[in-house]
Amino acid sequence: MEILVCVKRVPTVGGKIAVTPDGQEVDTRASGFSISPHEECAVEEAVQITERAGGTVSVLTLGPAGAVEQLRGALALGAHRAVLLETDGREFGPIATAAAIAAEVRSGNYDLVLLGNEAADTGDYQVGVRLAHQLGWPVATGIKNLSVTDGGVVARREYRGVEEAYSLPLPAVVTVKEGINLPRYPSLPGRLRAKRAAVETSAPAYAAEGLRKEALRVPESSKHQAEVLGEGVDAVPALVRVLEEWGVLS
Amino acid sequence: MSGPLVLVELDGGAPADASLRAVSMARSLGDVSAVVFADSAAVPAGQLAAYGVTDVYVIEPGSLEGYAPQAWARTLAGLARETGATAVLAAGTDRGNEVLAHLGAITGQPMAANCTLVTPDGGQTHRLVRHRWAGLLLEDAVMEAPVALFTVATDSVANVSAETPSAIQVHVHKPELAEADLTVRAVESPAGAGGASLATARVVVGGGRGVGGADGFAPLEELAGLLGGVVGVSRVVTSEGWRPHKQQVGQTGTKITPELYLACGISGAIQHIAGCAGAKHIVAINTDPGAPILSHADYAIIGDLHQIIPALIEALQAR
Repeated sequence: MEILVCVKRVPTVGGKIAVTPDGQEVDTRASGFSISPHEECAVEEAVQITERAGGTVSVLTLGPAGAVEQLRGALALGAHRAVLLETDGREFGPIATAAAIAAEVRSGNYDLVLLGNEAADTGDYQVGVRLAHQLGWPVATGIKNLSVTDGGVVARREYRGVEEAYSLPLPAVVTVKEGINLPRYPSLPGRLRAKRAAVETSAPAYAAEGLRKEALRVPESSKHQAEVLGEGVDAVPALVRVLEEWGVLS
Repeated sequence: MSGPLVLVELDGGAPADASLRAVSMARSLGDVSAVVFADSAAVPAGQLAAYGVTDVYVIEPGSLEGYAPQAWARTLAGLARETGATAVLAAGTDRGNEVLAHLGAITGQPMAANCTLVTPDGGQTHRLVRHRWAGLLLEDAVMEAPVALFTVATDSVANVSAETPSAIQVHVHKPELAEADLTVRAVESPAGAGGASLATARVVVGGGRGVGGADGFAPLEELAGLLGGVVGVSRVVTSEGWRPHKQQVGQTGTKITPELYLACGISGAIQHIAGCAGAKHIVAINTDPGAPILSHADYAIIGDLHQIIPALIEALQAR
């Protein structure tokens, strides 16, 4: 099985998220970068499928030159080949992103394209679906269980307490969610191999879209500092009083 | 007629709460038409009228049975054309986002997911505010499109019925579908027994790295039982395999909306806050007074959860 996994470099925001003074992006001066948990699981799922059935896992990202770091991360987990669609730093919208990925898919011989259900940062919830339409392939989204059948896949998810099973003929696009598997940690030989691996690079065309970002901001939410009730077990009676006051003790 | 068209999902025969929130938002854009995939005898017309819906388009199982995302989107595309809709909305649920993504792909138009506010700005322009980072950031954006496609961030938009119920007309609609629209369709079966659901629990007792290991959750389970709630965990707990992923509270897990969230040994990474910010009250138990969770909590106890939780259980049992 020839599988392409699409991942995205996003800031590792940790305990706090802040926006640059111009309101255009997340402030990353104090953060590293990673891929979404959904995408870590997409990489793991692809590697597991090829471990069982043979084939190749290619990992692709659309992003700045620095996104090679995320490609090498996926190679260390068992992906075989890496493709960087290098941008000039501008944020591609979902339509242009899907078009750029579609061009790579057409130039290859893929049976299956896996993506995360949604990117951690933009949360557009549509790149996988748009990609499938551009290719004329079937697509299933939000998948938590995937099994390969003869000539197809069965993709499952839960919705309102009901399990939904989708049978898709290959080639197909599937977007997955964290929980589909438990991703492995990179091995030392895996990391060494990833470090030396070549990354195929091309530069897709940027195109503006009908949805245009003006600014990002942190919501003026209910963010407040907790009142400390006390230290250790001595604070328990105060907590019980608070719970009584809130009416959560029946 | 040129108001918004809203995909309304049903939940046990009634309009889903998430869909009613989408209808509530849509009213600011004009007279609302709803689209329901159900038997016309089962359409909750009264409830929709209470939310100001003037027209319901019903797609009966005879035309299209069950959930097929691309076919649902093709149906919306046809109805939007026929009714001259200026906008098509759905709730920001798994299905709502999926169907609207298909609709965006079918029409070649942009789609904005998880909006909290949409305002017409003349011509084909809408100004909108939408979630990024699962709602931890807001994006102000402008959409230029003949028909605005968007989903509604239902955890940020209120469920409000109309001041006066509308007169409502029910139309049975037969969509024009291609065979390819039906390639992908859901075969439904009951999900495995889940016990009390994390998403709807009234009390959630959260455990994080501070719990220390897979064998440390018994006191949390006992406390959750006493409070009539369930246990939820942070991402590190599921990544370590201490607990199954379905217990994860967070951006890539479950979003919770309990009366009380008791976060024990959880530092409060953004990924986690995205899942628990909808809690009415948050109490943190943490050894670190500088933990980020404290800036999202109402109250905190500084100390070791392994001592505090047993003491809390004892105090609750003694009441």
